[in-house]
Amino acid sequence: MKKPIKHVLVPEHKKLSEKEKKALLEKFNITIKELPQILKTDPAIQGLNAKEGDIIMIKRNSPTAGESIYYRVVVSSE
Amino acid sequence: MTVEQILKEYSKLLPKRIIEDLKENLPKKISDKKAKEIIEEVVAEYKEMQITPAEGIGIITAESIGEPGTQMTLNTFHFAGVSEMNVTTGLPRIIEIFDGRKDLATPMMNIYLKKPYKEGKDIEKIARKLKETLLEELAKEFYINIADMSVEIQLDQKVLEDIGISNSKVISAIKKSVKGIKVKENNDLIIISKKQETDNLNEIYALKEKLKKVFVAGVKRIKYVLPVKKDGEYVILTSGTNLKDVLELDFVDASRTTSNDIFEIEKVLGIEAAREAIVQEVYKVMQEQGLNVNIRHIMLVADAMCVLGKVEGITRYGIIKEKASVLARASFETPMKQIMQASLMGEVDRLKSVVENVMVNQPVPVGTGLPGLAVKVIKGKIGGYEENKKEKKK
Repeated sequence: MKKPIKHVLVPEHKKLSEKEKKALLEKFNITIKELPQILKTDPAIQGLNAKEGDIIMIKRNSPTAGESIYYRVVVSSE
Repeated sequence: MTVEQILKEYSKLLPKRIIEDLKENLPKKISDKKAKEIIEEVVAEYKEMQITPAEGIGIITAESIGEPGTQMTLNTFHFAGVSEMNVTTGLPRIIEIFDGRKDLATPMMNIYLKKPYKEGKDIEKIARKLKETLLEELAKEFYINIADMSVEIQLDQKVLEDIGISNSKVISAIKKSVKGIKVKENNDLIIISKKQETDNLNEIYALKEKLKKVFVAGVKRIKYVLPVKKDGEYVILTSGTNLKDVLELDFVDASRTTSNDIFEIEKVLGIEAAREAIVQEVYKVMQEQGLNVNIRHIMLVADAMCVLGKVEGITRYGIIKEKASVLARASFETPMKQIMQASLMGEVDRLKSVVENVMVNQPVPVGTGLPGLAVKVIKGKIGGYEENKKEKKK
């Protein structure tokens, strides 16, 4: 398993569990297709063992909010 | 209960930044009741300041970046003394980023160094280690020996010593990158001839030209290096980028070194890093020009460029291509092509977004055009509330 990249530009990536995933979709009243995407081959999620359809939670350092949370769904890279 | 415990309760309602501000500014000796009252007030104010659902934020961003854009100057910035190194800034750089161009006019890197080196230890040596060194820079002279049909290279021992590489390393570099040759060493001459004997002088001449461009040491594509002192530590600026190879070097601080090539960052560090890089690069240009653009606008553009998991420019080949509506695509660029393609494919336009509804003179689904968000729309196609709900149930 690869170590996560340590870099100022790379925020923390975390894979959501099935339960968290369901709660998230319910909270925002959306389907998985409506989320922004992240490629399965993305270097930042190589250590997470993510499959297609998994949701990645990203804790961004935001200059306006201090910390903001963003979600991306894993998709195949064609 | 301390103030901190109370604030923890509110951590889901308020962003981290406001919580920190509150922590700093709330008086030390305050009753729980008073503290709660203040925080409640802050929460109410925060909610008031949030943008309303269905606000047309895209057009606000477009105008907020577009108007200052008219005041930007066309310029490239030169480093004093190094004429080869310049940086595109201003409007050309903004266009370059937003269009998602792959070949930049001036690729650059900021290389940060690890502990003993960042105070200036061996800084010249390190800078030279990074620079791409070709054989022609190491050689005093290239000779063509017509009698033996060979190329003779006289190496400049002084330069070799400075960089810290030996003759044998040069020879192995030559052997690695040029095939079908014999290499001999004779004192300080390196003699190179073809394996298959030839009496065509042109071939030998071509070989000589090829040898000049042999990569010997350093990092590929790093054309110039310039150590500078920035905020009390030495940083190496380079012209040309190669993030992947530079991050692997042991004296480089891999957690801070960056490039200005968004696509390289995407490849090495991922989409989130690329988004952050877009925000920082654009914001930097705006600051340099003395323009006051709120960072939220740039963040929105960067988000839009990165939704698909890969960086896409704002062009008809990039994010415009992904629009579902034919009319929206046609209104951007090349309308004839878009409409013809759509009719060939039998595309249907559901008129769900803004541009196409403007074109057909219908209410746009923005602001009050989306009543479905606030009230129940019985037979309304406008907000599409009922329609969406049914679709989801299926």
